[in-house]
Amino acid sequence: MSSTVDGIVFLALAFATIGGAVMMLATRNVVHAAFWLLEVMLATAGLYMLLSAEFLALVQVLVYAGSVAVLILFTIMLTLRRREDAIRDFEPGWGAGILAVLFGGALLFAVERFSAQMRPGVMPEVVPDVAAFGEKLFTSWAVPFEIASLVLLVALVGAVWWSGGDGQ
Amino acid sequence: MTLIQPVGALSFMALSVVLFSLGLYGALSRKSTVMVLMSLELMANAININLVALSRFSAPAEMTGQFFAVFSMVVSAAEIGLGLALVLALYRQRKTVEIDAMQELKG
Repeated sequence: MSSTVDGIVFLALAFATIGGAVMMLATRNVVHAAFWLLEVMLATAGLYMLLSAEFLALVQVLVYAGSVAVLILFTIMLTLRRREDAIRDFEPGWGAGILAVLFGGALLFAVERFSAQMRPGVMPEVVPDVAAFGEKLFTSWAVPFEIASLVLLVALVGAVWWSGGDGQ
Repeated sequence: MTLIQPVGALSFMALSVVLFSLGLYGALSRKSTVMVLMSLELMANAININLVALSRFSAPAEMTGQFFAVFSMVVSAAEIGLGLALVLALYRQRKTVEIDAMQELKG
């Protein structure tokens, strides 16, 4: 495992991520937007692989590209009465755009200021593997893990409660 | 020549900032509730990239950022599930998914 991140691979994945996000917001078809979100999630899994977080890449593909994308597509399909409803009006949202650009600019400025403290391109050599990840997850992070399972259970029950039948 | 140089944590942070801003724009400007929820997922994704990248470049042996990213994924999965359930409940009542249909609490 090399201790640097290849620039070309990073640029390709960054282009896929940002391009997918831009296309998701630019397309007027909601179904197409859902598929662009799926593409962004897959490219993010590639970024996790670059950062030698193999388990996270796997979880990203399973959870986001798998279940969340299917959930979103199901909701879109269930809430569309006609095929033409998927095409939405052009919503530029100039105020939101200006706010987002200002916010992003401020954050980029902060990152640039931060750059003096970071040595560029240097990556520590130590790379723990998936086994070490699991070992830590079930020892030092066991309590948050259990709380996370409780959160998922409550969310599942709540989702069924909200979206289920209307009390017939 | 700059293309084949190794990239550092700053590039990942810049990517995360751009992704987060795109998600912010989408969440504030779209009028379809499903599109708003998808933009929220973009923002959560940007945060996760930032966590993993900073963990990898500063202290990879502890993997703290990776654990935070895992729990953040759990929370955002729960959030998207509940959000889409709300969208379905809204559709059941109003027969629309426009965010303008939710105005009862407007002052």
